[in-house]
Amino acid sequence: MSGERLLDIRNLSVTFGGLNALHDLNFHVDEGEIVSVIGPNGAGKTTFFNMISGMVRPTSGNILFEGESLVGLDPNQVTARGIARTFQNVRLFANMTILENVMVAQHCRTKQGVWGALFQSSAFRREEQAIREHGEKVLGFFGNRLVGYRLDQPASVLSYANRRRLEIARAMATGPKLMLLDEPVAGMNPKESEELTGLIGKLRSEWGFTIVMIEHDMKVVRDVSDRVVVLDHGETIAQGSYEQVSTDPGVIEAYLGRPAEESS
Amino acid sequence: MTAAAVDTAPARSMLDQDWRKLINWGLIVALSQVFIALSNMPVKLDDRILLEPVLSLGYLSILWLPAVVGYSVGKEKMLEGVVARAKGIADIFAGALVGLIGGGGLSLLVVLIDNFDLRDPLVNWSPQTLEVLTFDGSVASGVLIWLLVGAGLGAVGGALLVLPDLARRVVRSIALVLLAVSILESVIRDLSEKPQLEGVTDWIYFIRGGLAIKGAIAIAIVTAAYVLFGHARVRETRASFQALEGPARTKANTVVIAVGGVLLLVLPMLVGKITNELLANVGLFVLLALGLNIVVGLAGVLDLGYVAFFAVGGYTTAVLTSPNSPGYSPELPWFLVVFVVVVLAGLSGLLIGAPVIRMRGDYLAIVTLGFGEIIRLLFLSDWLSGWTGGAQGITRVPGVQVFGLATVRGTDPKAVFYLVMVFCAIAIYISWRLERSRLGRAWMAIREDESVAEAMGINTVNVKLMAFVVGAVLAAFSGAIFAAKVGAVFPQSFIILVSIIILVVVIVGGMGNIVGVIAGAVVLIGVLGGPSQPGLLQEFSEFKLLIYGALLVWMMLKRPEGLIPNVRRSRELHQDEFLQDAWLKGELDTDDDGGEVAPA
Repeated sequence: MSGERLLDIRNLSVTFGGLNALHDLNFHVDEGEIVSVIGPNGAGKTTFFNMISGMVRPTSGNILFEGESLVGLDPNQVTARGIARTFQNVRLFANMTILENVMVAQHCRTKQGVWGALFQSSAFRREEQAIREHGEKVLGFFGNRLVGYRLDQPASVLSYANRRRLEIARAMATGPKLMLLDEPVAGMNPKESEELTGLIGKLRSEWGFTIVMIEHDMKVVRDVSDRVVVLDHGETIAQGSYEQVSTDPGVIEAYLGRPAEESS
Repeated sequence: MTAAAVDTAPARSMLDQDWRKLINWGLIVALSQVFIALSNMPVKLDDRILLEPVLSLGYLSILWLPAVVGYSVGKEKMLEGVVARAKGIADIFAGALVGLIGGGGLSLLVVLIDNFDLRDPLVNWSPQTLEVLTFDGSVASGVLIWLLVGAGLGAVGGALLVLPDLARRVVRSIALVLLAVSILESVIRDLSEKPQLEGVTDWIYFIRGGLAIKGAIAIAIVTAAYVLFGHARVRETRASFQALEGPARTKANTVVIAVGGVLLLVLPMLVGKITNELLANVGLFVLLALGLNIVVGLAGVLDLGYVAFFAVGGYTTAVLTSPNSPGYSPELPWFLVVFVVVVLAGLSGLLIGAPVIRMRGDYLAIVTLGFGEIIRLLFLSDWLSGWTGGAQGITRVPGVQVFGLATVRGTDPKAVFYLVMVFCAIAIYISWRLERSRLGRAWMAIREDESVAEAMGINTVNVKLMAFVVGAVLAAFSGAIFAAKVGAVFPQSFIILVSIIILVVVIVGGMGNIVGVIAGAVVLIGVLGGPSQPGLLQEFSEFKLLIYGALLVWMMLKRPEGLIPNVRRSRELHQDEFLQDAWLKGELDTDDDGGEVAPA
């Protein structure tokens, strides 16, 4: 299943003022992989996502997606190429309904404009129907949590876990090849995060998405990842399978600090 | 009161007051009254008799304050689980105190202007101010009267709270109806002309203006009878209408819209020229407000230079239709010109929009403000005056030839109104369809969170630009009709004030809601008047901007979502209350595995 190199990041650096948020980072994802990015707070993980999705421009280096550079593209162009993301602090359109949230996410996959809407052309109505159906299908991925009477409720009434689910559904609706999930299980209880772990696997097996995920919950990371990349101070300090990474002395040091007698 | 004691807390004793609040409100009343007095409103409006021979509009402009504040100061905010307090003598006393402090403020003013010449700092002050404020008597009697009247009206306001619900409703309705009937005298006389009802109006009104006492009593009786006997039935009908759902509701809505449409078609035939002129002006502003609503209400792009597109529409029409157009004068028929107007307005929307649309929030507002002025100054400038006539403008813009059947021009406001209605209908259709389309959803998303909308694949620049262009086209329609109606265009018709007033209309009416925006235009433009158009209350035209400002401040404090709000917008502005309601109704989502997870 895995094979083609989907995302290839070469010598990527970004500096904010004098701060090296990311430094000479090399990273790649093959099609069909699930890769977890871990690291202590402030390691540059979210900056890394912001850079791929076009919200932050890299200072140097290159991001290749399917062999083409993403550097300099606007976030909407990146999404149109097939990269969708979620946000660490859930950012839904809180006053739009749940269905509208996933409908609006299909914007870059649809094309009807002013004239279609004004004259209610058959193409327009077909497209609206398709948008709606696809939206419901995406929401249906989470069982009956987000469908039925919930469809027409504003997103703000959702519980925290369901907001996270809706964010994933919204990202799915953009029709991506690669999904960037920023702490998908943060704030969920153990049962919910276990369920979501299963769903992340299904995102690959049933929907064919390639996934890069930032996560702090090591149980989720262990259960779902093919490969784990560890960032610290904007640099990759280790990568490999969960077992390799979790026993790597550099990683343990980054998380726990150097034992007192060695640091002197 | 004892019967109701089960669910009300006992009344307060007279001296058990929130003194700080009372003094605060008293001072507010005092300051407002002094301000109104110094704005010269009482003098200017003293000739306008409301109730012969007791009350003029001038005095009313001051006297409403103690009564209204005396009433509202005793009102309590009712929250879930709070027990209502029985109203009693304490509330009457509180109202009286507030009114008394207000009267004290006016008394102080009377003494001041009697002893000092305030003409220099206060330009609106005139000797008549003193005459009006002392009721043409001595200063001492004036002071005494203000204190007594203030306390008395405050007490009346407070006493309203003590009355049982039904009685209060009757009194309030009578007051409002009397106010409306007396203020709208000229309109009612105008309306009564066609159906030969002049006998009735002559009986109600005093011959030289103002309600006659007998007329007032008759109206009070009719109103009371309606509130007591007819009101419940009306409310029932409305409730059963609102209870309808699904196809029945759609059907009922269609009927209501159809009836409303027919009424609108018939209305101009029933009223006289002045009212028709007013309707035509309201229509022009409805059109403008609908356009701005797409830009501000739907896409959330705060455009303060909206008048620019109104000007583009007006000038394009004038240049292409008028024989007096200085540079180029093809004298095309209006209906052909409208197509040119659409194209030019769209282009100018793109031209102005493209550089500013990448900005966000306040920056965008300020830049659009600048562009609005630039367009007006361009039309005024030497550079373009060869085509636009500079300060002289373009005159002799012909009316609209409707396929040889009729000519629509300013001298026939009824025809103008029909023309405006056609374009309003188009604008309503456009707003309605676009709001429920892919584009409308993208606008909503941008209004909520622009960065996230962009990350979800929406080309925010293009989509916002589209809102700008659609808004520009609607404004240009309005400009084209305006030029034909007035028969001329001048740069001073397109000042910044027009932009501001349209924005106020949209905000007060209810941003993002088509019905709300129309209501806003009817209330503000119809009642108060547009930037240079008179409204129903022609007497207030001098104080129009003052009232606009006061109304805007009051709306922002009390009802920021507008008169008839957009559902999403009011959700946004009252998120806490909305979530609380959802929680009370059990609609709030708790996770299915039981444990409610704390929100972030």
